[in-house]
Order: sequence, then C-alpha cells, then structure tokens
Amino acid sequence: MNKQSEQHPSAAPLKVSGITVAYQKKAVVENVSFTLPEGRLVALIGPNGAGKSTLLKATLGLVPSIAGEVSIYGDTYKKMRSRVGYVPQRESVDWDFPTDALDVVMMGRYGHLGWIKRPGRREKELAMSTLEKVGMADFAQRQISQLSGGQQQRVFLARALVQEADLYFMDEPFAGVDAATEKAIIALLGELKAAGKTVLVVHHDLSTVEEYFDHVLLLNKKLIAAGPTETTFTPELLHETYGGKLAIVSSNGREALVGE
Amino acid sequence: MLDWLISLWSDPNTRWILLGCTLLGLGSGVIGSFTFLRRESLLGDTLAHAALPGVCIAFMLGEVKSVSLFLIGALLAGIAAVLCVSAISRWTRIKPDAAMGIVLTFFFGIGTVMLTHIQHSGSGSQSGLDKYLFGQAAAMVTGDVYTLMGVSVLLILAAMLLFKEFKLISFDPGFARGIGLPVGLLEHTMLILTTVAVAAGIQAVGVVLVAALLITPAAAARYWTDRLPAMLAFAGLFGAISGASGAAISTLGEGIPTGPVTVLAATLLFAVSLLFAPGRGLAAKALRHRALKADYARTANTGALEAAEGGSRK
Ligand SMILES: Nc1ncnc2c1ncn2[C@@H]1O[C@H](COP(=O)(O)OP(=O)(O)OP(=O)(O)O)[C@@H](O)[C@H]1O
Ligand SMILES: [Mg+2]
Repeated sequence: MNKQSEQHPSAAPLKVSGITVAYQKKAVVENVSFTLPEGRLVALIGPNGAGKSTLLKATLGLVPSIAGEVSIYGDTYKKMRSRVGYVPQRESVDWDFPTDALDVVMMGRYGHLGWIKRPGRREKELAMSTLEKVGMADFAQRQISQLSGGQQQRVFLARALVQEADLYFMDEPFAGVDAATEKAIIALLGELKAAGKTVLVVHHDLSTVEEYFDHVLLLNKKLIAAGPTETTFTPELLHETYGGKLAIVSSNGREALVGE
Repeated sequence: MLDWLISLWSDPNTRWILLGCTLLGLGSGVIGSFTFLRRESLLGDTLAHAALPGVCIAFMLGEVKSVSLFLIGALLAGIAAVLCVSAISRWTRIKPDAAMGIVLTFFFGIGTVMLTHIQHSGSGSQSGLDKYLFGQAAAMVTGDVYTLMGVSVLLILAAMLLFKEFKLISFDPGFARGIGLPVGLLEHTMLILTTVAVAAGIQAVGVVLVAALLITPAAAARYWTDRLPAMLAFAGLFGAISGASGAAISTLGEGIPTGPVTVLAATLLFAVSLLFAPGRGLAAKALRHRALKADYARTANTGALEAAEGGSRK
C-alpha cells in the first residue's frame, strides 16, 4: 500500500541509536538504543521522571537531542512523518479552545490535506466514523471542555487514528480512564496490531503489561532492557528499573508486580 | 441624534474616516482572536508601546507625517521589541510576561523622550505626533484611509487562507509540528500580522490603547460561541462597531481622542457579552441553574408526594 514500505521491505518501524537528551546540563535520557519489531504493541515502562515522555518527543523531533539518530521505516523522521501518529499527554493543550470533538479529530487529516485546503465531506465522514469507533459519536458536536478526561483521551486517540499512520506513539493513553475506556482502547490497539501497525505506549500499570503488550522497553534515564515481554518483563529487570521503589507482592503463588 | 448621523454620512471626509476605522476594527478583531487564544494578549500591548519610538524615528528621518512610513517604523520597532523579549526569556531566568513588561515600558520610555524632543523642535510642533498617544481619527487623510483598508484586507485574507494552520498552532503546536507544519514560520507570520494591525491602528486609536482593539473584541466574542469561525466573525463585528463608534463620536467635537472612545465602546460590548451572551453569559448561566433547580425540586416533590400517598402510577 505504501510506496516507502516497498522500498525498505525489511526496515524496522523504529530504530533509535544512541539518543541522548538534556534539558539543562544533565542528560535526562542517556545513550538509548533499541529497535521495534513490526506489528507489535510495545510498552515503554519506567518510574516518574525516567524520561519516557522526553524519549518520545525526541524521537518525534519535538525536543532536540544532543546525540544519536532515529530512523523510521529506514528513513529520517522528516521523510516518514506521514506514517507516524502521536497521542500526546492530555494536559498538553488548552481544552477551553473554541472547537468541538469532531473538529479536533479532523485535525488528524490536516497533514494529508496540505496548505490552505479546508477539510471537506470526505474528512468529515472519516472523522465521524473514527469517533464512532472510539465510542464518541454522540459527543461529536460537544465543546471539548465539556468532555470528561476519559472522553478527551478518546478524542485524542481518534485524532491519531484518522492520520492512518503505520507507527503510533501514545503517551499514557490510560491515565485517568476507567476500566471500560481502557478495554475500548486496548481493543483498538488490537485492531491496529492486526492491521500490521506498530504502537509504542507509555504505560504505568505494571499489572496489565503482560496481558496487553508483546514487547517492553524498560527505561530509567538509560535503557535497562528491551525485548519480548516474556523474557524482559522479569522481577530482576523491573527491580533494576524502579530501584527500591518497587514492591513485589507474591499472592496465590503468582507474582504480581506493584509499581509505586 | 438622527441629524447627527445624517451629517456624519453626508460629509465625505467623515465617511472615509468612519469606513477606515470600521475596517481597522474588523481586521484587528479577527487577527486578535488568535492572539487572545494563544494567551499572548500582553504581546499586543508590547508591540503597540514599542511602536512609539519607531514612529518617532520614522518622523525624524523623513521629516514628514506619512502613515506608510510610520507603519514601517512601527513594524521594525515591534520586531526589535519581540526579539528583546525572546532574548531576555531565553538567556535569563525571567519569564516572558515579566520580560514583556520590561521591554514594553522601556520602549515606551524612549518613545516618550523622543516625542517630547520632536514637539520642542521647530518642525515638530506642527507634526501632531502627540495625537499618536491616544489617536485622532479625524486627522486622517484619504491616503491614510487607503492604507488602513489595505491592511485590513490583508489581515482578513491571511486569517481566511491560513485559518486551518493558525487554528492548529493555537490549539496544539506540538501536534502541528508533528504533522510537519513549519510552526516557527507560522508563529512569525502571525506575529508580523499582529504588528501590522497594531501599527496601522496607531493613528486612529493611539499607541496606549490600540492593543485593546486586538484583545477586547476577541474576549467578548468568546462568550457568544464555541466555534472558532463564528468567534472570528463576532470578534470582527465587535471590532468594527468599536472602531466606528470611536470615529463617529470623536468627530463630534474637537479634541475628543478616538482611542479612548473606541476602547470604551469595545469594553461596553465586552460587558454586555459577559452578562447577556446566551450559553456562556452570566445571566444565561444563572437562569439555566435556576431552571434546573426548579425542575429538580418539582420532580423530587412529585416523587415525595407519590411516596407519601403510598402509591405509584405504575
Ligand atoms: N521542559 C523541561 N525542562 C526541563 N526539564 C524537563 C522538562 N521536561 C521534563 N524535564 C525533566 O526531564 C526528566 C524526564 O521527564 P519526562 O517528562 O520525560 O519523564 P516521564 O518519564 O515522562 O515521567 P512521568 O511518568 O511522570 O510522565 C524529569 O526529571 C523532568 O524533570
Ligand atoms: Mg510523561
């Protein structure tokens, strides 16, 4: 479907080599390298302040990195931009902005529209059907400040989905959402995966990692480990990632992990 | 009253001035909506105050009073001021709002010194430059009105063509950058348009108050709608009404400056919006709350009555 993927049939969706980011003098992300396999759901895990959001933003060129390289489907981010979708942390925008849910979702099409051209019927229909997919069709005309936190999250998700990207970055899509919304989002992620897309999700709830994700990245300033969930999501590596802040509770003979 | 309106309209000169100020208000209101939504309201004020030394230098170099020349002076001074603000907030720990406060007052101080100097020099006393503090629309000539018209058309055209892009960088600049929009370039374009609006409005409204024409109509418009295109339309309308009233009332008598009247009109519109706008206005909110309360009390009462009667309508 995509010309680019024919050119680089074997190129990984995301390859990060030696990326280092510093806001002031001290590095908050240091020499991180990893490769994401295609068609997987990947969790990015680490304590608060570990640099997860920073790593995502640096990958997308939203904050400058002081060293390292990022390659997306074998090319630079600039060239592959249209194949990347990003769901930022919800707090990053002014929710009192005069716009409604449908309009926010349509913003996901702006990259395809190009300059000056306004979104038309096609964009509207696409946005509407995507809102339906995330269970928000009834709220299409609602001013965005009148949506609950979980609903706002769904709108952001819908905006990323209409981008029709191949590689998605999501910063804490489950923050502050209830179980029903979480299930709905997970179902969507499953659909994306089935369609061969790759999704990198910043995730905090360690108890659901094994259930939801195929692949994990453990980050605490440096990359502690990266790999398939079965071999990487282990108590030893988690201990290394979270330090003393992690309590490992054993119940019913099965190990449960509780992050602080 | 009617006589006055008719006499306003029959004098061709006044008619031009009225038209110019209306268009100026329209353009400023539209472009100011983005400034308002980006929470950069103080920026408009900084640009306006910074324009004074620019206008003075333009006069000293050209020795003539020409709106287009002043426009260039104000534009350059505004850009210098913005560069100062970003330099201060980048290289020091001072936050942008404080940096704007510093730059705004500094530029205005220099401007006032220059203005006093010009007033006391020979050619200056006739310059009428002091009118630039509070604006004197009546002093405009046809050429000035043409400049105002051109500027307003430019502002409205830019806002229409780049509507989608301006909306996105105002709402979510991070996402805009993510999909490949040149956010920095667009921000600078918007800044230059704002500067142009301010510079064009100086003669009519004056450096001290011209920022109000950017912000107050936008703030009022926000009460009437939750949709951006409608908000731009309302802001343009409110700006146009303010500009027209300012020009009309100030032509009534010699010496009434246009700026304060314009700002009073804009503020009046804002107050009306705040109180009476449907939906977001205070009165509508109070009414809605009361209706809800009464409604709830009624259903609760009937519920209680039914319970007391020991029966229910199945
Ligand atoms: N804009 C900024 N300027 C300076 N320092 C920053 C900035 N943003 C983040 N930091 C610092 O960088 C470090 C990493 O922050 P980041 O937001 O990437 O963490 P995170 O892993 O996403 O945390 P959380 O789980 O709380 O979202 C933190 O120590 C934070 O204080
Ligand atoms: Mg974060």
